[in-house]
Amino acid sequence: MRARKTRRGAAVAAVVASAALVLAGCASSDDDSSKVSGTWPGAKLSECSGLSQLSQYGDLTGKTIEAYTSITAPEGDAQVRSYALFEKCTGAKIKYNANKDFEKNVLVRAQGNDLPDVAYVPQPGLLKQLVDTGTVVKPPKDVETNVDKFWSTDWKNYGTVDGTFYAAPLGANVKSFVWYSPSMFQKNGWKIPTTWADMMTLTAQIQKSGTTPWCAGFESGDASGWPGTDWLEEVMLRTAGPDVYDQWVAHKIPFNDPQVSKALDQVGEILKNPKYVNGGIGDVKSIAGTAFGDAGLPILKNKCAMMQMAGFYAANWPKGTKVGPDGDVYAFYEPTVDPSKGSPVEGGGEFVVAFNHNPATEAFQTYLSTDVWANEKAKATPDGGWVSANKGLDVTNLTSPIDQLSAKTLADPKAVFRFDASDSMPGAVGSGTFWKEMINWISGQSTKDTLDNIEASWPSS
Amino acid sequence: MSTGEKLLQMVIAIVLFFAVVSVILLLTQRLRSRRGELVQSAAFLLPAVFLIAVGLLYPAINTIIWSFRDNLSKNWVGLDNYHEIFGSNAELKVLGTTALWVIVTPVAATVIGLVYAVLIDRAAFERFAKALIFLPMAISLVGASIIWKFVYAPQIGLLNAVSGSLGLGGNHSWYQDLSHSPWNSLYLIAIMVWVQTGFAMTVLSASIKAIPTDIVEAARLDGVGGWKMFRYITVPSIRPTIIVVLTAITITTLKAFDIVQSIGAGGAWHTNVLAYDFYIRQSQGQNGTASVLAVLIFILVSPVVIYNVRQMRKAEAR
Amino acid sequence: MTTVVPEGAMAAAPVISAPKAAKHALTSPWASLAAVVLAIVWTVPTAGLLISSFRPETDVKTTGWWHVFTSPSFTLDNYRQVLSSGSQTNLTGNLVNTIVITLPAVIIPIFLATMAAYAFAWMKFPAKNLLFVLVFALQIVPIQVCLIPLLKLYNKPPFHLMPIHGGENPPAGGLYSVWLSHTIFALPLAIFLLHNFMREIPGELIESARVDGAGHVQIFSRIMLPLMMPAIAAFGVLQFLWVWNDLLVAMIFGQSTPPLTKALTDLTGTRGQDWPLLTAGAFVSMVIPLIVFIAMQRFFVRGLLAGSVKG
Repeated sequence: MRARKTRRGAAVAAVVASAALVLAGCASSDDDSSKVSGTWPGAKLSECSGLSQLSQYGDLTGKTIEAYTSITAPEGDAQVRSYALFEKCTGAKIKYNANKDFEKNVLVRAQGNDLPDVAYVPQPGLLKQLVDTGTVVKPPKDVETNVDKFWSTDWKNYGTVDGTFYAAPLGANVKSFVWYSPSMFQKNGWKIPTTWADMMTLTAQIQKSGTTPWCAGFESGDASGWPGTDWLEEVMLRTAGPDVYDQWVAHKIPFNDPQVSKALDQVGEILKNPKYVNGGIGDVKSIAGTAFGDAGLPILKNKCAMMQMAGFYAANWPKGTKVGPDGDVYAFYEPTVDPSKGSPVEGGGEFVVAFNHNPATEAFQTYLSTDVWANEKAKATPDGGWVSANKGLDVTNLTSPIDQLSAKTLADPKAVFRFDASDSMPGAVGSGTFWKEMINWISGQSTKDTLDNIEASWPSS
Repeated sequence: MSTGEKLLQMVIAIVLFFAVVSVILLLTQRLRSRRGELVQSAAFLLPAVFLIAVGLLYPAINTIIWSFRDNLSKNWVGLDNYHEIFGSNAELKVLGTTALWVIVTPVAATVIGLVYAVLIDRAAFERFAKALIFLPMAISLVGASIIWKFVYAPQIGLLNAVSGSLGLGGNHSWYQDLSHSPWNSLYLIAIMVWVQTGFAMTVLSASIKAIPTDIVEAARLDGVGGWKMFRYITVPSIRPTIIVVLTAITITTLKAFDIVQSIGAGGAWHTNVLAYDFYIRQSQGQNGTASVLAVLIFILVSPVVIYNVRQMRKAEAR
Repeated sequence: MTTVVPEGAMAAAPVISAPKAAKHALTSPWASLAAVVLAIVWTVPTAGLLISSFRPETDVKTTGWWHVFTSPSFTLDNYRQVLSSGSQTNLTGNLVNTIVITLPAVIIPIFLATMAAYAFAWMKFPAKNLLFVLVFALQIVPIQVCLIPLLKLYNKPPFHLMPIHGGENPPAGGLYSVWLSHTIFALPLAIFLLHNFMREIPGELIESARVDGAGHVQIFSRIMLPLMMPAIAAFGVLQFLWVWNDLLVAMIFGQSTPPLTKALTDLTGTRGQDWPLLTAGAFVSMVIPLIVFIAMQRFFVRGLLAGSVKG
């Protein structure tokens, strides 16, 4: 009896001890990742010749870099493929950690001391909040040099917080598009409008012919409402101009300024006109509950003619749909009110922030800011759906017509680029009340109440 | 890690856990004195209490402190955050909507669960019938959000098709109907009730089966039957369980944010609730005001806690 | 007057139960009808999902699922895509992660809670009631409140303890922080419910064991655990479902071991364009919980029977 007990005790002790050993074996020894050592593996390889900026970081074999992003599969797969050259030239490995709830979790991780090496932040507003937590570090000099060389100052400014440059742009997207069906337009003799007035005339013409001119959908899960903010932003940029737009984003004019309410009413002339929407789906209110991804599908069934939506909508058409100027669907540049004042382009994109100064991290940051990477990425995306505002990007490397159109629109010398306003505003507004109140607006709330509510929610500090 | 390594780590964790627990229990089991009982209680209790203190009590206290600091939790700001929350019309609406959730969900889920449990008790297909109602609990929210899209959405939603074919119009906005706020939230509450009824029904059903047959016999001999049996025998016999179920669902409802998140379009149409508002503010880096909302959740639940403590005291006295 | 009971029912069940009688109260045909209606209302939404999962993508997006009855067209494409999806991690890997996360996150909290519930129910120590009320009240702390403080503790624990999260090589790939977090979040409700059942076990049983010279450890392991097994199993099923379907905890604490729920949300593509795939994905992830529920269902009946009602 006694012996049995002792034996049991010994067994227990053995289990504890062995388990503790296993645990200890897994404990990481503090590897000193802040030192540079060895020569970079790319020295001998010809394909690495364009990346001589990386040579200063030495041999990074065995190092892992965690990239935390919101770009999940399938789009994320192309990202991963585009890092192959970096891994080959430096020896480091990229741990690609994509998360749909990135925007919600990244601040939690930053405040919880759980820092990735780099993160791709899709909103300048969120970038500022991350910088405010004190966890973001400045990029190495080469990154800034590259950004000065390959991007316009507009773009650099969006990666700058309070005068300090933190983050190089990564991808870009163009929102100023109207999707349509080339064959439907051709059959009916409709012309692609070049001014806003033309577009309104065309809208009336389409409506008279018996087709509902517009489709729209604001639903997008917990981000519902953003397609509505795009509408307002596009019109703001066109009617009030880029300078007022900037003041509006920076809250130097109130959110419910008369110019904003004029712009929103102008959006209402289309979206709140029951004769103009919502082809094949329902009435004005149905816009609120229709998934933006599904809202354009009636175009394929000739139930509506146009839909205002970013270039990335190309991925939302059913498989087999031909996207192109002679295909089933394509997009035209959303016309401006006064073409003599240049062409406003609204868009979005991601910015690369780093959380430490490890050589591997800085090398990766540098890589992503080069023209080499931009072209690698284009080649790694054979099905299309990716663009960059990087001037070193060779447009012929882009495969899909809509991506080429996006790249051309971004590179147009007459283009006045502005970042999506809701992405640049503080989160409480930009990904909070602005979204919500646009939903309420399309559900019947007045323009005045809508803008007043958003203004009231602007954070005081 | 490879699959094998992961499984090995899992086995190690479980073995390690039981090893530690058995060592603690073996070490204390011989103690029989009064002080020994104290040490033994500690051995039984402290692992759980320690984890709760570190993982829940400390963050809760932390949150209360944060509610008096700025959004980066760096400087004291007194009651500023409280003023901001209570001074905002939108937030007062959130409070109202939350109240609606907390009142309707537990009562509806418990009543439906109880009635259903009674109706199918000892029916031939009881297990199958129970599985049907329990099904929603087995579905992750990812699935549930799609399920309800097929109910409420404009074109592909069942509800509009039904109301259209009944001649009531096929173009209703349901929870997206701003003009009926806060009652439009009832459509979202329905989803929560749909999920929670399974929990209520299973627990209550088990409890009903435990009502001693002699009580029922005696009542029947006294001529009690039908509705009266339900009212005067069934319900009083399982009263403690009803309270447990109501309490658990109330607390779950106060904490739940995922339905509003995935279906309610982030709280548009005035469907926002406290827990979701907290989650959003925290993810937008507004720790100060977010913490105020968490404190409000703590305060709102205190009546439930007090009521339960009273019930426990009563049971103790019996 | 005697109650009105159909002869058939009387013959089949000589001892009539209270609910049986109550059921007749709710006037039989109407009662059956109500039960059927409830069952249908509860099941129809899920049925819609099931039907949709076999429909082509464009149909799912543009017409209601009930259209299959008038213009049927079915496909297995959704399931094919779900099962072959994910180039970074395949679904099998996610399934393994979910299992590896779930088992300890069910077993550990339940055992700890049973021990604590036993102490609260049958042991004497100072400030017992106060402590119990505190544990009970802490149920209300929302998980979101704990994320930042816990992350800090895991990444930079006090007293130079080994970090169990973050860094290049956390122990067991950071799984300990996931298990620990699930354990913490489960404990208050588990203690509350199990304590309720525990108190229903007749006190004489424990008294007589004590008289026979058994200590608390023996009583706990030889009497309590076997008696409580059904209740423990029943609560285990609930905890299993919560952990299995969890996304939030896994997203914050278990980044290197993404579970099935994470893979499901990723199915829809970065901009949600492929959401019809979720119809099939939801069913794939439901299979195991459903099997567990059906297999353990008898415990729900027997298990909770042991507790909750004072005889």
